[in-house]
Amino acid sequence: MKFHWFVVPFSAGLIFLILYLIILYTKWIVKLPKSDKKILSGTVFSSKIFNIVWEIFSEALLHIRIFRKNVLLGYMHSSFAFGWFLLIVTGAIETQLFASKPINHLYEPIFFKFFNTTAPNNSLHKAFAFLMDLWLLYVLSGIFLALSKRFYSRIMGLKKTTQLYWTDQIALISLWLIFPLRLLAESSTTATYQNGSFLTNTAGIYLEQHFNISNMSIYLWWAYSIDLLIFFGLLPFSRYMHIPTEIVLIALRHAGFKTKNEINSFSQIEIHSCSSCGICIDACQLQSVTNRNNMVPTYLFQKERYGKVLKPDLYNCLFCGRCEEACPVNISIINIKLARRKERLLKSKQNYQYLSKIQPTSTTTEILYFAGCMSHLTPSITRSMIKIFEHLNISYYFLDKDDTICCGRPLMLAGKIQDAQKLIEKNTDLIKASKAKIMITSCPICYKIFNEEYNLPVKVMHHSQWLSESLTDCNKLKLNQSAKTAVYHDPCDLGRGSNIYDEPRNVLKQLLNVIDKKAIQKEKSLCCGGSLADFYLNENDRVKIARNAYVQLINDEDYLITSCPLCKKTFQKVADKPVLDIAEIIVYNLS
Amino acid sequence: MSKSFGFLKKNDRTIDYDKNDRALFYYLMRVEPSAALCIACGACTATCSSGNFSSLDLHKIMLSIRRGEKVYIAKEITQCVLCGKCQLVCPKNVNTRGIIFQIMSFLQSSQL
Repeated sequence: MKFHWFVVPFSAGLIFLILYLIILYTKWIVKLPKSDKKILSGTVFSSKIFNIVWEIFSEALLHIRIFRKNVLLGYMHSSFAFGWFLLIVTGAIETQLFASKPINHLYEPIFFKFFNTTAPNNSLHKAFAFLMDLWLLYVLSGIFLALSKRFYSRIMGLKKTTQLYWTDQIALISLWLIFPLRLLAESSTTATYQNGSFLTNTAGIYLEQHFNISNMSIYLWWAYSIDLLIFFGLLPFSRYMHIPTEIVLIALRHAGFKTKNEINSFSQIEIHSCSSCGICIDACQLQSVTNRNNMVPTYLFQKERYGKVLKPDLYNCLFCGRCEEACPVNISIINIKLARRKERLLKSKQNYQYLSKIQPTSTTTEILYFAGCMSHLTPSITRSMIKIFEHLNISYYFLDKDDTICCGRPLMLAGKIQDAQKLIEKNTDLIKASKAKIMITSCPICYKIFNEEYNLPVKVMHHSQWLSESLTDCNKLKLNQSAKTAVYHDPCDLGRGSNIYDEPRNVLKQLLNVIDKKAIQKEKSLCCGGSLADFYLNENDRVKIARNAYVQLINDEDYLITSCPLCKKTFQKVADKPVLDIAEIIVYNLS
Repeated sequence: MSKSFGFLKKNDRTIDYDKNDRALFYYLMRVEPSAALCIACGACTATCSSGNFSSLDLHKIMLSIRRGEKVYIAKEITQCVLCGKCQLVCPKNVNTRGIIFQIMSFLQSSQL
């Protein structure tokens, strides 16, 4: 039996880690919502399994999404994950093929060079030794990059990198030490037996000449083993929990699980899958403009792990969705924040008895127009819409002409989901009673909730969609082309929130020259700062965010065009050029 | 529904600062200091979505906060739909939605 006492720390750490993870994941999977559990058994025996395996390979190991952000950053992440994976797999095969029997599979692949001191004698064995050294070099190059990222993160496209919690820091140091220690320990053995390859043999010869490293051999193996124990011991309590959890997350996500309206054990899995990579820090405008850190997902999930989330961490957030768009793990950040908000205001109940005063009216028109609260504060938008309806001779019914009741999304954003339900019911009654077929709304905030939370018999359209349809549909709407230039700003709830990017652009292309701003449009579009989701942001900071966004959007173009009344209102405060809604610019160009 | 901005004859009443509990006011001054900017102009009340149908009157609530009339505030605030129109019309840039949210979370954790 091949044994030395130094294998004990490693083995203990590994056994602890495996047991801990098995218990934790079993607990989480048992606690998953019952209704969703059926889909789990259905997934195992379906073709989804190939997608799962591919995504685990491409995201948990290769980190392709991070490669797309920045090649160097992707290389760094993949070197740790894929490099270590290759070391483990190649090591296991090497042990199986070339170790003198009997083999102890628990620790022997890790300490292969210590227990098997015969130098590689055939070409296959030499190839394996070469590969092992190559993978080690791959990981070591990643550590070099990780170190330089701590000093100067801009080389990897990150303006800021995550400040770590102390457990994360110790785990980070122990992770960084694993591979240099492995190199030293293996070199100390190869210095005597020459059983390595290009890296370990050369390092062994060099270190033997200068430091007599073979004398320290046993201590280095001890250090390597103890370092592994520290890392394995800290892994479940640090950000490195994302390594095993991301695999579970990918599988469950493909099975159809998601976080909605409440924190269940799937949300816990999502939270623990955050690797604190820090990509969301640069995406957050609150961070970059107002220098706040607490709502940035990487820090929020850090606090989630230790149960230290405070009210401002949740409620001081624009819900613009830029972090979710940037997240390489695709964690549903906004839904998690929303579910946490719901927990904070459980006891506070609203009283909307007055809603019964509002009587539904039936109409004969096909089109229903719902302006929304915000459009009532920007009457130029509603007036333009009415002008377009009249121009086209379309009969419509203005659902919230005089007294509006809210769509319910602002309440939802506050976490008062049950109270929002009352408004949703009332609005549904009103809309159903009208017997219309199409409902057009001018407000992306309303549009999003009508699509997601309502169950309506009408087709809900944002006015930009409807305008685009009227333009293409047998030339109903005839417009003059002008030579003016404009930039289109994607509102958060319409773009990232509802995936409507092309319709407004199709409309604008027929009117004027739309200038592309690739870095800040479509999925990457900026938030105007007017968001209804933030309960802490004061007016000064809102203006700062709006100004910052406006300066990036407009250089010397003639108009800033958007399709959200709230964006329009927010940008107007800081703009030196006209800020127009898409409906307004159409009215300007009607022929 | 229309609104009456004319003068009404009101019954006498007293505000007893010794008895009223101004804890909410001090809490708001700490967490949402923009509450101090309110000049009770009533623009919020005029635009209020819920106020069209109910007795919700944000500028009255803002006054009651200073006076410590917690029972009145607790009753009225439950009618708010948080739509945020008040915030957009406020001439003094008071973070009204933030204030309403803080009142809600203060009231749910305190005994009336």
